[in-house]
Amino acid sequence: MELNAAKRISVILAERQDEIVAQWNDIVRQNLRGRLTKGELAQQITELYGALRAALDGGGLTADAPAAAELAGLLTDLSANRARQGFTVSETAISVFAVKNAVYTVGGGEDLLSKADFAEFSLFVDQLGLQTVEAYMATRDGLIAEQTQQLMELSTPVVKLWDGVVAVPLIGTLDSARSQIVMERLLEALVETGSPYAILDITGVPAVDTQVAQHILKTVVAAQLMGAQCVISGIRPQIAQTIVSLGIEFGDIVTKANLADALQYVLRAGGVEMVRRTPKSAI
Amino acid sequence: MIQAEPSGPVRRQDIVGDDDVVRVRQLVRTVAVETKLTLVDQTKLVTAASELARNTLVHGGGGYAEVQQVTNGRRLGIRIMFADTGPGIPDLDRAFTDGYSTGGGLGLGLSGARRLMDELDLSTEVGKGTVVTAVKWER
Amino acid sequence: MDRVPVLPLGDVLLVSIQVDLEDQLALRLQEDLAEKIVATGVHGVIIDITALDIVDSFVGRMLATIASVSRVLDAETVVVGMRPAVAITLVELGLPLRGIRTALNVELGLRMLREARPEAPVEELEPDDTTAAA
Repeated sequence: MELNAAKRISVILAERQDEIVAQWNDIVRQNLRGRLTKGELAQQITELYGALRAALDGGGLTADAPAAAELAGLLTDLSANRARQGFTVSETAISVFAVKNAVYTVGGGEDLLSKADFAEFSLFVDQLGLQTVEAYMATRDGLIAEQTQQLMELSTPVVKLWDGVVAVPLIGTLDSARSQIVMERLLEALVETGSPYAILDITGVPAVDTQVAQHILKTVVAAQLMGAQCVISGIRPQIAQTIVSLGIEFGDIVTKANLADALQYVLRAGGVEMVRRTPKSAI
Repeated sequence: MIQAEPSGPVRRQDIVGDDDVVRVRQLVRTVAVETKLTLVDQTKLVTAASELARNTLVHGGGGYAEVQQVTNGRRLGIRIMFADTGPGIPDLDRAFTDGYSTGGGLGLGLSGARRLMDELDLSTEVGKGTVVTAVKWER
Repeated sequence: MDRVPVLPLGDVLLVSIQVDLEDQLALRLQEDLAEKIVATGVHGVIIDITALDIVDSFVGRMLATIASVSRVLDAETVVVGMRPAVAITLVELGLPLRGIRTALNVELGLRMLREARPEAPVEELEPDDTTAAA
């Protein structure tokens, strides 16, 4: 990218600043359909324009030139914000690409820039646009990961059933990621509550694959290592068959048909006796 | 071969005495925290490093360790490397089997480390020495 | 010379491991413990590893050795306070810690030791005894 091209473009951008900025603003505003206030957008565009000129003045026509650092930073922030605010990736990218349109339009009949220079400028803006898209995607991925994590934690409640007994009733699909979270939460609950017994109820889990079965197994063994016993309840027939066909040994791990049986087992093991008293009168 | 690009400085720790094993653990832990690994992954990494450091000391006659943050383009990771100029490992299969150790004890060093890490590479030459490299990626 | 403190607690010795154990310290602990078991005649040992964020095969071997030696000296050992991350790592590492009994905390460990010796005279431990060591 040529130093002189950058200088020539920078001069034009300085001379026709107001018009280009206004045009740029118009195009983007139309595209965003009022979801950003006029003032906010104007400020963003003006800032970007300033940084764009600074980059070109610094002689760089590549997005990773040191003179373009501020511009790159602004674009990253802009994209991240757009992503968080729920704009689409196109809407975000247009905010950058529109400057080409603006320069072209402001020229009107006459060319503001030579064909060669406009081509350089265009390539430069394309690079910036791509950077914007990358930044947008990175933010979106981050948001999705956060939400997934929150969802997984919400759907993994740990319930204290009795003094020294905690239960984790699982509902829904268990994948590798979720079962690892379940494992960690269950084990932490054991420590926090000082409960020597845990019941992992998988009545609400329709199916498990090898990985998940292994995780469940590891959870039970880890609990044992820590000095607690983990009982598994609610294993559906299909899951039982899967486990056996996968050749996974459940060894001396205690399994019960349902949560109630598991609770009874655990209470007895812990030395608790339940006594049913005859009701005084039938209602 | 482990595909990883450096994304941080190499940090080195000589392994000459017992307390160096502790130092290796501390060094690895520091880098792990910087790289923001989950607690479980940190624990696995530091435990693997401890096993390998001890191997270097006990079986390798001493050597050094290098710890470095790396990236594979999408994720960050931590690479640990242990080198010694000891006797080398004549029987690799046995070395990676649980329970093997010429020094007595459980000798879970290599097989254990391999289970705890995401990738593990070993090169050894009898009479010359051993180099073990392993990486743990963030999830 | 650094030593890991060994505290008498009724019919039990309590060892609270607070630091990264290096080999010399571990060996000294094993020796000190054996001597104290004989000297005090206790029948239980509780090793509190709550402060350990790493348990590698070396520490595992040490715990196993302590358990074996103590058993020969007629004392049962219970390891308490293992952290979840450590437990998960040990499972992955494939370290079975066979022959070592574990409990979630000191209180449960004491209960386990009491239940292991039903024939022993019941010593009423004052609440202060357990909290002082915790």
